[in-house]
Amino acid sequence: MTKTPTRRSALKTLAATTAAATTLPMWARYSQAQTSEPIRIGFQVHRTGIGAAYGRWYDRTSQAAVKLINEEGGINGRPVELVAEDDGTDPKRGAEVLEKFANQSNCDIAFGTLFSHVVIGSAPRAGELKLPYFVVSEGHHVASGMLNRYTLQPGITDVKSQVQAMAPFVNQNLGKKVTMIYPDFAFGHDHRDYFSAATEAAGGEIVAKIAIPPTETSFTKYFPQIPRDTEVIYHVMVGPAVLTFVKEMGEFFGPSRPEIFGFIDSLEAVDLASPGLEFLEGTYFWEGNPRYAQADQSEHDKFYRAAVGVDENGASVSDSKDISTYSHMFGCWETLFTIKAGMEAAGYTGPADRAKLIEAVEAMTDMPLSREHPQGAKVFNGKTHQVFGHQYITKVTDGKLILAHTTSIEDTLYPDETDYTTQSF
Amino acid sequence: MSRAVALHLGLIAALFAAQFVLPTYHQGNVARIMVLATYAIGYNVLFGYTGLLSLGHAMFFAAGLYGLALPIQHLGWGAGPALLSGVAAGALLALVVGLLALRTIGVAFMIVTLMFSQAFYLSVLLAGTWTRGDEGFVIPAAKQVLFGIDLATPTTRYFAALALFSLALLATLALVRHPFGKTLIAIRENEERARMLGYDTFRHKLGAVVISGAISAGAGAGFALLFGYAGATFASVQYSIFPLLWVLLGGAGTVIGPLIGTLFIFYLIDYASGLTDAYMAVVGVVLVALTLFAPQGIAGELRRRVWKGLP
Repeated sequence: MTKTPTRRSALKTLAATTAAATTLPMWARYSQAQTSEPIRIGFQVHRTGIGAAYGRWYDRTSQAAVKLINEEGGINGRPVELVAEDDGTDPKRGAEVLEKFANQSNCDIAFGTLFSHVVIGSAPRAGELKLPYFVVSEGHHVASGMLNRYTLQPGITDVKSQVQAMAPFVNQNLGKKVTMIYPDFAFGHDHRDYFSAATEAAGGEIVAKIAIPPTETSFTKYFPQIPRDTEVIYHVMVGPAVLTFVKEMGEFFGPSRPEIFGFIDSLEAVDLASPGLEFLEGTYFWEGNPRYAQADQSEHDKFYRAAVGVDENGASVSDSKDISTYSHMFGCWETLFTIKAGMEAAGYTGPADRAKLIEAVEAMTDMPLSREHPQGAKVFNGKTHQVFGHQYITKVTDGKLILAHTTSIEDTLYPDETDYTTQSF
Repeated sequence: MSRAVALHLGLIAALFAAQFVLPTYHQGNVARIMVLATYAIGYNVLFGYTGLLSLGHAMFFAAGLYGLALPIQHLGWGAGPALLSGVAAGALLALVVGLLALRTIGVAFMIVTLMFSQAFYLSVLLAGTWTRGDEGFVIPAAKQVLFGIDLATPTTRYFAALALFSLALLATLALVRHPFGKTLIAIRENEERARMLGYDTFRHKLGAVVISGAISAGAGAGFALLFGYAGATFASVQYSIFPLLWVLLGGAGTVIGPLIGTLFIFYLIDYASGLTDAYMAVVGVVLVALTLFAPQGIAGELRRRVWKGLP
């Protein structure tokens, strides 16, 4: 049966065509949007709370990396936009911020968290929201299998690999009998457990483990617990008490001290020239990335340092008293370039490709020393979602941290504890 | 049915209906707010109705949190029994703390509860082998299942939070209409007189501490179960201050005040943080203004100006 066009149906058709024509610019804009809308990266940043000093530098580093990425054409031809949101260094707010990224500010992914409790509090939400969550935390939580397939740590090594890689150097060069002094909470316990195990494996011996309660403000009463036959003190105090700790340790030992090895976490964003830190002269530190530009500084470190605005002493170029968190913040830079590489490999166009992005990052292995990875070469383990890389040991010499040893990547490896790739999306 | 009961059932119905219209982001927020408001309701039983200002309620919230999370993590319990053990842990802790802290009054009570709470917080850190201390641990998604319902989807989470909130809201409404609750109010107004009238005020106050602790623990257990994380942060002093703020702003001694206060602060922080990095300053100014111009909180002002019978 054929239908004769009536005046009414003709008018209807005309109206529909006109309506379609008037909305055409909108459709055109929409399809345009698919290709040139910015890629939005939700940046969970510690602006307030205990992590604020780290957050400030994480912010500067990330802004510098994004600026460079955009200057060089963005990701897949699209500009990148950082959507920063303060999490107050609080796990509850952290989870809320992730929800905001996913459901309110239309972010493609989330990135940037440092403090472990914020990561662990937020990660379950990332999994539920199916939001790729790139953390820069150095916690062992990712590689331990506690989190989920949506959480990855491709830009910074974890505490387990850092600590175990220190044991051979400490035992061979500083002494076999080690006394550990650490804060009595999870971070300190990680050091206690991983370092004890690695020291025993390396033929050393832990002669005492001195846990300092987190509320302690004076340490004098703990030093007499250090056994007389101690050859090396391993310390990893964090927070404002570290200045008191070092000063009191100096007063306790006087000129005849054992060898001392510490983690720079204690002194990130702290000026080594601060009064009371003179006692650290001649002691050793783990550094994630040497704060002071070294004699054999790579061109990549030089480039990165300049891009972020850090001088050769690890301070801000605009304020020599504003010390960076150099051992950690490179993780933001490297993670952002890994995200870029992952999105390009996955042909990422929008949230529908989030799973493809994760698979592309999981497929990564070698990350050579380059402008994108200025801290050093790395190997990414797609199964555990954790990257492994060189660690640096520096010695305080004339008030500066001078490189004494660089570990191999092999020193930092340990058997896989999980395989996230077996989890479905 | 009185107007008060109708108001509260209406509030629950409105929250129920909101689930179907709220955008995803706000749906998630309101679910969280309802759990936190449950905590504030627990706090309000002691502070608003009994007149006892505690600075240590984080220990009850955290007792619920760990009372649920530890058996799940280390004993492989299911969510149902773990939820009960969370509430029981909070009630038991409240009984012990109440027996000791209620020997003091006023400022001393505040200090003693604060000290107990700090001791609890440090114990959580010291028991790091099991609690993972400040870092905390994730409650596996497979365990976030109650009566066969997966609580980790937005809709089920919302309704679970609503169920928890409704239970606490109706329970406190029943409490304040019950002679026991009326005696608590009498104690708040004039403890000497209540005692003179023959009421055993110590027992009543102890009952209030236990009820308050149990509701707060229920909120803590619910929070851990629904949002999948337990950590020592929730036992820290700021989580003792939050319910005080929520209740003060919403209106101490009103049944809907805790929800209003929690909702208000949540969105104030969320909104202000989008405007400026100094959002805590904005929040501070608003709090000072509210304290100056609405000293009885939002619901308290409503009661004063609009409806004198608001429970």
